[in-house]
Amino acid sequence: MTSAPDSGDIEPQSTAVFINIGERTNVSGSARFRRLVLAGDYGTAVEIARQQVEAGAQILDVNMDEGMLDGEAAMTRFLNLLAAEPDISRVPIMVDSSKWTVIEAGLKCVQGKAIVNSISLKEGEEEFLHRARLVRRYGAAVVVMAFDEDGQAETAERKFAICERSYRLLIDRIGFPPEDIIFDPNIFAVATGIEEHNDYAVAFFDAARMIKARLPYTHISGGVSNVSFSFRGNEAVREAMHAVFLYHAIQAGMDMGIVNAGQLPVYAEIPEDLRVRCEDVILNRRPDATDRLLAIAEEYRGGGQQAAAPDLTWRLGTPAERITHALVNGIDEFIVDDTEEIRHLVAHPLEVIEGPLMDGMSVVGDLFGAGKMFLPQVVKSARVMKKAVAYLFPFIEALKAEGASRSNGKIVLATVKGDVHDIGKNIVGVVLQCNNYEVIDLGVMVPAARIIATALEENVDIIGLSGLITPSLEEMAYFASEIERQGFTKPLLIGGATTSRAHTAVKIAPNYSGPVVYVQDASRAVGVVSQLLSETQHDGFVHDTRVEYDTIRNAHQSRTDAADRYPIDEARAHPAPIKWDGDYTPPRPIAPGITVLDDYPLEELAAYIDWTPFFQTWELQGTYPKILDDPLVGESARGVYEDAQRMLRSMIDEHWVTARGVVGLWSANAVGDDIEVYADDERREVRAVVHTLRQQTGRDRGRAENYALSDYIAPRASETADWLGGFAVTAGIGVEERVAIFEADHDDYSSIMVKALADRLAEAFAERIHERVRREFWGYAPDEALANDALIAERYRGIRPAPGYPACPDHTEKRTLFDLLAAEDRAGIELTESFAMTPGAAVSGYYFSHPQARYFGVGRIERDQVEDYARRKGWSMAEAERWLAPNLNYDRAR
Amino acid sequence: MTAPATTTPGFTTREERTAALYQAMRERILVLDGSWGVLIQGYELTERDYRGERFADWGQDLKGNNDLLILTQPDIVRGIHREYLDAGADITSTNTFASTSIAQADYGLEACAEELHREGARLGREIADEFTARDPSRPRWVAGSIGPTNRTASLSPDADDPGARTVTFDELRATYAEATRGLIDGGADILLVETIFDTLNAKAAIFAIDEVFEERGYTLPIMISGSVVDLSGRNLSGQTVEAFWNSMRHAKPIAIGLNCSLGPSQMREYIAELSRVADTGISAYPNAGLPNEFGGYDETPDDMGTKLGEWARAGIINIVGGCCGSKPPHIRAIADAVRGLPPRVPPHVEPRLRLAGLEPFEVAR
Repeated sequence: MTSAPDSGDIEPQSTAVFINIGERTNVSGSARFRRLVLAGDYGTAVEIARQQVEAGAQILDVNMDEGMLDGEAAMTRFLNLLAAEPDISRVPIMVDSSKWTVIEAGLKCVQGKAIVNSISLKEGEEEFLHRARLVRRYGAAVVVMAFDEDGQAETAERKFAICERSYRLLIDRIGFPPEDIIFDPNIFAVATGIEEHNDYAVAFFDAARMIKARLPYTHISGGVSNVSFSFRGNEAVREAMHAVFLYHAIQAGMDMGIVNAGQLPVYAEIPEDLRVRCEDVILNRRPDATDRLLAIAEEYRGGGQQAAAPDLTWRLGTPAERITHALVNGIDEFIVDDTEEIRHLVAHPLEVIEGPLMDGMSVVGDLFGAGKMFLPQVVKSARVMKKAVAYLFPFIEALKAEGASRSNGKIVLATVKGDVHDIGKNIVGVVLQCNNYEVIDLGVMVPAARIIATALEENVDIIGLSGLITPSLEEMAYFASEIERQGFTKPLLIGGATTSRAHTAVKIAPNYSGPVVYVQDASRAVGVVSQLLSETQHDGFVHDTRVEYDTIRNAHQSRTDAADRYPIDEARAHPAPIKWDGDYTPPRPIAPGITVLDDYPLEELAAYIDWTPFFQTWELQGTYPKILDDPLVGESARGVYEDAQRMLRSMIDEHWVTARGVVGLWSANAVGDDIEVYADDERREVRAVVHTLRQQTGRDRGRAENYALSDYIAPRASETADWLGGFAVTAGIGVEERVAIFEADHDDYSSIMVKALADRLAEAFAERIHERVRREFWGYAPDEALANDALIAERYRGIRPAPGYPACPDHTEKRTLFDLLAAEDRAGIELTESFAMTPGAAVSGYYFSHPQARYFGVGRIERDQVEDYARRKGWSMAEAERWLAPNLNYDRAR
Repeated sequence: MTAPATTTPGFTTREERTAALYQAMRERILVLDGSWGVLIQGYELTERDYRGERFADWGQDLKGNNDLLILTQPDIVRGIHREYLDAGADITSTNTFASTSIAQADYGLEACAEELHREGARLGREIADEFTARDPSRPRWVAGSIGPTNRTASLSPDADDPGARTVTFDELRATYAEATRGLIDGGADILLVETIFDTLNAKAAIFAIDEVFEERGYTLPIMISGSVVDLSGRNLSGQTVEAFWNSMRHAKPIAIGLNCSLGPSQMREYIAELSRVADTGISAYPNAGLPNEFGGYDETPDDMGTKLGEWARAGIINIVGGCCGSKPPHIRAIADAVRGLPPRVPPHVEPRLRLAGLEPFEVAR
C-alpha cells in the first residue's frame, strides 16, 4: 500500500512529516473569508481559523491582499484577534502578503516564531537582504520565492538557480540560519491547454529534489491549489489533483504546503480512473493527458467532500453539557441556542445563569486553578458567558417589570495604592460584568480614601481589592481597618498574585468585622459574589468562611516576624538625630494659646487649592496645570475644571459652605515618647499628654534611626522651653445640604463636584493656616514667601502630621487634640465614635516647628511597644491592639 | 573608582570585559544578584526620600518608584550593588527594572527613562569596577536590567474586544531602544531582558536592541529571562518554555532562562526543559519560594543553596541567582553551593526549523 499524506491524522505539535498550512484565512484562498473580512465580520473570520486548526492545519497562513482592504489594519486586527484564541494561536502563523508593509504589520502582532511569506530577489539584492535582515530581527523564518529581477522561474533549472543564489546571499551576507529558509519554487497551473504549462508540476518536483540535495537544512513549500486552477468549479477533480500532486511533491522533498487542510482526500482512496488520469496530467506522462482528464471530469463534478466541519460531536450532549463545553472551549457559536433551550426548562431565566452557566464557569475555574486552562482562555470563556447573559437579560428585565425584581449587585474594584498591576483585576471585572453585576473599576494606584468614597457614593454591595506587589498587602490590611473605622458592613474581597487565603485570614479579616473573602482567581469571583449577595446562601457562606479563616488564624497564631524589629528600649536609644544641648532655641509663639478662624474668607482659600488631587478624584491622571493640555485627557480635564471653577464661584459668592478653623500653640516638652502639653509657660500643670509611637524597624540592616514625633519636641530634661501646635479646619459646613439638593435632582455630577471642591477647600485651608502659623501666629518664619506650588511641595520649615496618618497612626489621639482645641465648639467639627471627622471636608493635625522635623512612617511595631503604649494611654492590651491593628508586627491574640 | 591603573589588566575596555565574560562562562557557574525590591523596602523610605531634592515638588506621589532612587538616593543603590558583590555575586543587575518610559509614565517621569538607565548602569559600573580593582582575579560584571514594562502587547485589556491592545510593538520598540542606549552609555556589560511575561514585549526589546547595536556598530552580550507564571508551565501570554525559546533564539543570547514567579522547586522542571532544548547558556534566578501567606518568601539561604547546588550538579545551569525574597545571605549560600562545580555544557542541537505559536512546532529533517 502506498503511503499518502493524511492531513487528519497528523499530530499538530509533534515533529511533522508534511506540514499543512491552512489556506482558508487567506482572502485569495477563500471567498468566504474575503467576504467576511470585507464586511468587517472578524468574529466569524476567526471561526474559519479555528476550523482550519481543528481540521489539522499546523500553521495558519493569513493573507489580506485585497484591493478594497487596508491590508495593514486588517492584518493587525485579525492577528490580534487570533492571539486571544489559545486554541488557534497555539499554532505558528505564516504572515502572507505581497506588500512588505503588511508583513511588517503582521510580525508586530505575533509573539511566537512566525514565517514570512514571502521575500524574493524580484526587486534586487539590496531590497532582498534588507527585508531578510528585518525578518531576522523580528525572529521569523522566511519563504523565499523562486523569483528574481527577470521574473518568476518556470523551469527546474531556473527555479533552482534562483533558490541557490538566494541561499548564498542569505547565508554568506547576513548569516541567516539555513534551517529558517523555506523555498517556494512556484507551483503553476497545469492542464491549461497551453503546451508549455504541461511540465510545470514536473519542474517543481525536479527543482525540489535539487534544493533538497544541494541546499542543506532548507525546506520547500508551495501553494498547492494553483496546480488545479484550470479545473476551478470542479472540486472533486481539483482535490484529486492536489492529492496526487502532493503525493509526488512530498517524495521530491516538499515539506509543507498551503492546503485546505480539511479537504484533502487520501491518495489511495481516489477512484483509480480519476487518480491515473490526474497522475498523467501532473507528471506530464502523455500528450493527451489534459483531454483525458477533461473527459471524465464531469462525472466527478459535485462529488467532492463537503467542507470540513469542526468536530461537533459535543453537540450531542445535554444542553447543560453543551454549555459547559462551550464555556470551557470558549465557543460562542451555539451559546444562544443552548441558552434558549435551557430557558424553557426552568422557571426563571435567572436560573439559567445560576445553574448551567455558573456550573460551567466553575468548571472553568477549577481547570484554571489546576493549571489546565490559562488566562486568555478564561477571558474567552467569560465572553461566551456574557453573550448568554446578554441574551437572557431582556427576559430577566421583563420579569422584573412584572415585579419579580432581581438585581445582581454592584461591586467596586480597585488596585490598591502604590500598585500598578491590574490585569487580574480587569479580568475579574470582565467576568463579573458577564454575570450581570455592575462593576465600578477605579483603576490602579487607588488610595483607600477614594475607594471608600466611591463605595459610599455608589452604595456598592461589595468592595474588591487587588494587588500584585508585596506592599499592597499592607495597604489592604490598612484598608480593612479603615472601613472598620468608618463603620462599613459590606463584604470585602481580596485578590491578586501575592494575596492568599492565609494572609487574608490572619492579617486582613481581623481588621474588619464585615465579611472578608479571599478570591483565588477571576473565575471564582462570580461564585463568591453570588453567594455573598444571595439571600439564601449569604449567611451560610459568611459563616463557613469565618470558620475556615478562624482555623487558619489559629494555625498561624504563633507566627511573628520580629527579626527586623528593635526592642522598643533599643529603638529609643537612637531617636531622630536632633541635638537639644547646642545652639538651637525653639521659637516662642507670637500668639500662644487659641486662635479661632471663624467664617474664613473662601476667596482667600481658593488661591491655595492643590488641583492635582481634584483631577484624581475624577480619574483624570496628570499634574495640574499640565493636565489641561494633556493630549489624552486634556479635553475632559478642561471640561471638569471649567465646571469646577463655575461651581467654586457660586460656592464663594453664594456662601454655600462655611470655613471654620481653630489653631492652638501650647507650651510643651517631650517625656519619653510622650509630649506633655502644659497649661502655661510655667510648665507645671500638665493639661494633656500627646502619645506618639516610635519606629522599631531596621534591625536587619542595623538602621540606627528610629523616629517618633516626640523627638521633634525638646525633652523636659533638657530644660528647654518648647511648643507644640495643633489645628482643626473644615470647609464642609453646608455641604450636606447642598448635596441633598443635587441628589433630589438626580444630579450626581454636581453632588460629587461639590464634595470634591469642599475637600479641596479644606486642604487649602490647612495649607493657608499653616502658612499663617509659620509667619504670624507662631511666627518663626515671618519672611517666608512661597508660591502655591512650593507650598504644595512642602518647601517650608516644620510639618503638620495628622493623627491616623503614618507618623502618628493612632486615630484616637484626635480626641486629645480636639479637646485641647475645643474643636467641636470653635470649628464645628465633630468626631465620630471611630474618630472620623464630620463634616468630611476637614483636616486636623499637629504643628512641629523644628527645622529637622520631617514626615515619616512608624511602620509596624512590636508587642513590647504596644504594651508600653497601652500603659501610657491607660488602655487594656486589647484596646491598644484594636486601634493599632494595622501597625502590629505580630498577630494579636483573639 | 574607574581609574585604569587600579582596574584589572584586560578588563578595561568593553571588548575585554565581554571576552572575560565568555571565558568565565566556560570555566564556572556565574552568580547573579538577588532581589532589589526587598532590600529597598528595608530602608523604609518615605515619600520625601524618594523625591530627594530634585523631585521635591513633583506633582505625583513618587514613593514606591524604586528606580528613581538611582537619581535621588544613589548611595543606597551603590550600597545594594556592594552588598551583593560582597555576598559573592559575579554579576549585579542595575536598578532599572521599571525605568522604561512606559513604566515611568505612571509617575509622570517618562522623560527620565534614558537618564535612569544610563545612571543606573553607571552606578553598577562604578561598584563593579571597585570590586574588580580590589580582586582583579575575580572580575565583576554589570547586567543592565530591561524590565517587561507594565503593558502587554499580546493581551487585550477588554474582554469585549479581544483585539484591543494597550501598547503597540512600535511603542515598546521605542521605549526599549531608549533603555538600551542608556544602559550602553552608562557602561553595562550585559543587556538583561528579564521577567518576560509576554513574549511579544521581549521580541520588541530584542528588535530594539538589535537596532541600537547596528547604530553603534558593536554588540553586547544579551541575557533573556522569561517568567513562567502558572502551573501549566506557561508565561502570561500563554507560551510554553520551549515555544518561548524558539521565539527568542534569534537574539543569540549568551543565556536564556527563567526568573521570578516560581521558587526553585517549581522552576526546576522548566529550567531542565530549557536546558535540554537551548544551545546556549542557561540562567535561573527563582524567587525564594512561592510567596507565603504574608507576601514574604520563606526559603532560607540554606534551602536555596541546597536546591540550586543540586541544579549545578545536575548540569543544567550556567548562571544562577535569586529573585523576589532573595537577600545577600541567599546569594552567599548560592555562591558557596555552586563554587567549584562545572558549568553546564550546552547541548549540540541539530539545526531544524523550529517555529512557535503558544506551543513549539518543529519541522522534521
